[in-house]
Amino acid sequence: MSEAALDVHELCFRRGRQDVLLEVTLSVTAGDFVSIVGPNGVGKTTLLKCLMRILTPSSGRVTVLGKELPAYHQRELARHMSYLPQSDHRVPPFTVYEYVMLGRYPHLSPFSTISAADEAVVQTVMDRIGVSAWKDRDLHSLSGGERQKVLIAAALAQGAEILLLDEPASFLDPKHQQEVFRTLGQLNADGVTIVMVTHDINSAALHSRSIVALQHGTVAFSGASEAFMQADVLRRVFDIDARFVDHPQNGRRLLIPEGHA
Amino acid sequence: MKRRRTIRVLLIVCLSAAALVVAPLIGYRLINPLDVLGGGLTELEMQIFWDIRVPRVCLGALAGAGLALSGMVFQAMFRNVLATPFTLGVSSGASLGAALYVVLGLQFSLAGIAGVSLWAFAGAALAILLVYGITLMRPGFSAASTLLAGVAVSFFFSSLILFTQYLSDFSGSYRIVRWLMGGFGLVGYQAVFSVLPFVVSGVALVAYLLHELNLLTVGDDVAASRGVDCVKARRLLFFATSLMVGGIVAVCGPIGFIGMMAPHICRLLVGHDHLRLMPVTLAFGAAFLVLCDGFARAVTGSYAEIPVGVITALLGGPFFLWLLVSDTGGGRLMED
Repeated sequence: MSEAALDVHELCFRRGRQDVLLEVTLSVTAGDFVSIVGPNGVGKTTLLKCLMRILTPSSGRVTVLGKELPAYHQRELARHMSYLPQSDHRVPPFTVYEYVMLGRYPHLSPFSTISAADEAVVQTVMDRIGVSAWKDRDLHSLSGGERQKVLIAAALAQGAEILLLDEPASFLDPKHQQEVFRTLGQLNADGVTIVMVTHDINSAALHSRSIVALQHGTVAFSGASEAFMQADVLRRVFDIDARFVDHPQNGRRLLIPEGHA
Repeated sequence: MKRRRTIRVLLIVCLSAAALVVAPLIGYRLINPLDVLGGGLTELEMQIFWDIRVPRVCLGALAGAGLALSGMVFQAMFRNVLATPFTLGVSSGASLGAALYVVLGLQFSLAGIAGVSLWAFAGAALAILLVYGITLMRPGFSAASTLLAGVAVSFFFSSLILFTQYLSDFSGSYRIVRWLMGGFGLVGYQAVFSVLPFVVSGVALVAYLLHELNLLTVGDDVAASRGVDCVKARRLLFFATSLMVGGIVAVCGPIGFIGMMAPHICRLLVGHDHLRLMPVTLAFGAAFLVLCDGFARAVTGSYAEIPVGVITALLGGPFFLWLLVSDTGGGRLMED
């Protein structure tokens, strides 16, 4: 196995008197595609925010690419790690190009204008994600799925080797879901480490290599996707009786929803 | 689209510059620009032009630019259309500081800066600290709640101003009332030089943080994940706006409307990228306030002036509403 991109050791986060995360310990190998799953309100988003240093944990240690989190300047951290928050349903008032260019922030200095190199990166990323055609359109004028692609492009424009995503496809129609996951798969194949929070077990099983399941604020399962898709594991983590079916294309095990006769 | 917006930026900046050049020529007595250049001014015209109108235009331009820029910064930081120096209580904080200075009968200056400006700055900073402190006490405080807190602080300070007025003697009370109306009645170069350092340093700080403003408009989570130190950026921006609002309010009084509408009008015209928005907001704010002041002088003659704040709202209101409902702007407000 190659080196660890992320190392989390006994991370705790308290909000008021409530423990949201309780001694979370996990490790993400460089180049992995990890899904973090778990019931609603279990602290998945909080965990991502602690990794990106949007929230400060109450105790514990986070190491990013061999360096502890507090030792990073936020700008330096952003050059290595990028985060796509869950949509807050407020659309930024920018054009597609302007928004993707905001991703270049950690590479800019104050008073500087945008360099040709920045423009080249932004153009490459927009071409790759397939949003160049909307370059001058307002984000408002795009559909939810189109907009999500732009947000991913902006996160990529940062040029980071680790990508944190919070429910990147959850509110999209099937076509855009497919496109988003295809893009993420390609990025991962190119060596980008992906950590994705999702409440959808099947997209986790289908697209990621490893799965981390949180329960009551702590790690209930950590391992390969295949090992996760077992009846006893799902009963323990999600409190459901799982039935499975194999994917006809790649043989991955999928959960089927409960049916009523 | 990008091209069209760049042309608009240039157009607005040029028009505003032209307005600033023309402004000192107009008024109760028109002055021929050729006479100014060729030295053909009479003694009286010289006095009107150089001693009264030029400093007055300079003061108006500084105040307009500073207030408009403060409004732009607040809108971006709070991600809200209604965030302005007024609604956040910053103007009334500055006013209270200045009113206290008058009522207490203080007379001092520090390193050449008038005491009243420093007191107004302190009042503005206090208001911001109060509003910001309230938001920090409850994490996850929404922008709407922050604005409500600002309005409450604003009313509280306004009541304190009335109270100080009640306590002061007749002349102090009159000075406060006249000054609360806002305007450039008391001018001369001294007023210009007491506002200048506040506005210049505030503008420089904001210019230093333009990339950060763009990202704060998107939200703190995204800003942090792009590498912005949000706490530090906010602190600096609060400091910059306190400087500008305090420095301006101390001399010109609380001039309403411009801090709210000027940045919105500019957003509608050139979009939200602050690298483009800032020069336009500065130019537009300056020219708009100077024109309103010229209008106030021209309509009523030189002795009985309408407070400039009245004119800004009378002229700017319909224009803003027109932009809002028409599609000519092409831009959008902060959220919709």
